[in-house]
Amino acid sequence: MPNISKLNDVVSQVRRDIVRMVHANNSGHPGGSLGCTEFLTALYFHVMNHNTNFSMDAKGEDIFFLSNGHISPVFYSVLARSGYFDVAELATFRKLNSRLQGHPTTHEGLEGIRMASGSLGQGLSNAIGAALSKKLNKDDGLVYSLHGDGELQEGQCWEAFMYAAGKKVDNIIATIDYNKKQIDGSIDDVLPMGNLTAKLEAFDWIVLDEFQGNDIEAVINTLARAKELSGHGKPVVIIMHTEMGNGVDYMMGTHKWHGSAPNDEQLASALAQNLETLGDY
Amino acid sequence: MEKKDTRSGFGAGLTELGRTNPNVVALCADLTGSLKMNDFQNENPERFFQIGIAEANMIGIAAGMTIGGKIPFTGTFANFSTSRVYDQIRQSVAYSGKNVKICASHAGVTLGEDGATHQVLEDIGMMKMLPHMVVINTCDYNQTKAATIAIADHEGPVYLRFGRPAVPNFTPAAQKFEIGKALHLKEGTDLTIFATGHLVWESLEAAKTLAEAGVSAEVINIHTIKPLDNKAILDAVKKTKCVVTAEEHMLNGGLGDSIAQLLGRELPTPIEMVGVNDTFGESGTPMQLLAKYGLDAKAIVAAAKKAVARK
Repeated sequence: MPNISKLNDVVSQVRRDIVRMVHANNSGHPGGSLGCTEFLTALYFHVMNHNTNFSMDAKGEDIFFLSNGHISPVFYSVLARSGYFDVAELATFRKLNSRLQGHPTTHEGLEGIRMASGSLGQGLSNAIGAALSKKLNKDDGLVYSLHGDGELQEGQCWEAFMYAAGKKVDNIIATIDYNKKQIDGSIDDVLPMGNLTAKLEAFDWIVLDEFQGNDIEAVINTLARAKELSGHGKPVVIIMHTEMGNGVDYMMGTHKWHGSAPNDEQLASALAQNLETLGDY
Repeated sequence: MEKKDTRSGFGAGLTELGRTNPNVVALCADLTGSLKMNDFQNENPERFFQIGIAEANMIGIAAGMTIGGKIPFTGTFANFSTSRVYDQIRQSVAYSGKNVKICASHAGVTLGEDGATHQVLEDIGMMKMLPHMVVINTCDYNQTKAATIAIADHEGPVYLRFGRPAVPNFTPAAQKFEIGKALHLKEGTDLTIFATGHLVWESLEAAKTLAEAGVSAEVINIHTIKPLDNKAILDAVKKTKCVVTAEEHMLNGGLGDSIAQLLGRELPTPIEMVGVNDTFGESGTPMQLLAKYGLDAKAIVAAAKKAVARK
C-alpha cells in the first residue's frame, strides 16, 4: 500500500521547486507542471520499477518519456527528488551551462532523460520504439509516456496511435494531460477536440477516463489498473483530468500560467500554499 | 561495365547485417520493394518493422528503439527521409544523439519519371547542417553495400544517400568502406574533380574526354560529405591548384559548398561547381535529366575547362 501522506509531502515539495525554478528565471512553464505533479510523483515514487543509478538502456526497468517537454520543471524536480541527481542542481534550471535546459535533453547528459522533447508530438513514437526494443529483448519492463492534450493537434501523435494498436504494442501506457488548455486559450477555442475518448477507442486503444489526476490516490489506482490491462494485445491510454496550475490558487482556472512566471509576491503566495516538506534546494 | 542500382547495394548490405549483427533492426515506410529490404524482412521477420506511410512516426520509433541497444536502419525515399521528417530527425535523432541510420533511396533527379515532388536535391544540405550527423552519398552498388555494413559499426546518427537507376558498378567489391576517407580514383595534374554519388562515374568519363583534349584531371570520390576529408582535399588542391566539384544535388548546401568553404578558409583556389542551380527537377529518364540539368560528363568537362582557364 502506498503511503499517501508521504507522497503528498513529495507533491508539496515538488510544487515549491516548480514555482521557485520558474520564478528564478522569470521563464518556464508552471501551469502544466503543477497539473502533472501528482502523476509524476506517483510514477517515480511508487509505480515504476526504476533505478536511479541511471542507465540509458534501462534493461529490466520501466521507463518514462515526457512528450510535452515544456513541463520540464516538474520532470526535473521529480527526477532530483527521487535521486537521479542532486537537488541543488535545480538551481541551474534554464541558466547558461546548465544540464537542466529549458526543455529536457540527453545532450548534456542529465541522468533520467532518455530523449529530447519540446518540439511536440514525437514522444509517443519514441515510447513505441522503446517498447518494441523491450519486446525484442524479452524485457518485461513497461513504457510510460505523458502528452499534453493540445499536443494531440500534432498529426504524428495519431500516426503513433494507429501504429501501436495496429501492431499490438501492448507494453505501453500513454497518459494524456487533459487540462483542456493550451497557450492561446482553451482547447475548445483553439481547436475543438470533440470526443477524445471515442477517438482513442476508435483507434483501438484501451481507454481509461474520468478520474481526477490531481488526487494522487486516484492516479495510483488508475495506473495500477492500466498495468493490469497491459500485456493483453492492446496499448492502454489514460485520459487524466487535471487542473492547470493545481495547488496554487491564482494559477488555477486559467490558461494564463501555461508559460509565464510568478513575480516575487506571487511566489511568496505560492510557497505559502505549499509547505516545505523535504527541504528547499 | 556491369550496371547495378545503388539501392540494391543497400539491400545486400542490410541482408548481410541481418546475418551478422543481431542488434540491427530495419524499419520501412511502405517502400520495402523499392528499398530492396525484402531479403532482410524475409530472413528476420521479428526484426523488420513495417511502419506504413508515416515517416515521422518511423523516425520517432527508430530513435526509441536505440534504447535497449538496437541499431535501427530506416528506409524510404530520400525526400521522405529528410525534408518530410526534418524536425523528427533534428530532435529525436540528432539532438538526442541516437544511433539511427537513415537510409535514403531515390535521391536526386535520377529518380526520373516521378518528377520533382520526389526528386529531393536539398537533402545533403539539410542533413550536413545537423550537428554530429554523418552524411554519406555512395557512387555504385559495391560502395553502397560496403557503406551500409560499415555504418552499423559507427556509434551515432548517419544519413546514407543512394539512388534508383542502374549505374556502372566500378569500385572493387572487396574495397573496405572507411567513413570520412576520400578515395583517389584517377591521378591527374591539371585539376582535381571532387565528385560524390552518381556523378563519380560521370567524372571518370569526363576525365577521359579531358585527357583527349590534353587536360590531366585527378578524380577523387568524396563519398562522405561530413565529416569531410579535409586533408585529402587540401593535399590534392595544393598539387593541382584547380577544382571542380560534381554532385546530383543543389549547389546551395552540397558537396561543392562544403569544399568551397574549406578552400576559402585554407587555400583559396579557382573552383567550378557542377550541381543543380536553384531549380526543381521534372519528369524524364535519369539520363535525360542528368543532361538537361547539367549533371553529366559533358557538363563536368565544360566546368573543368573553365576552371583550368582561371588558373
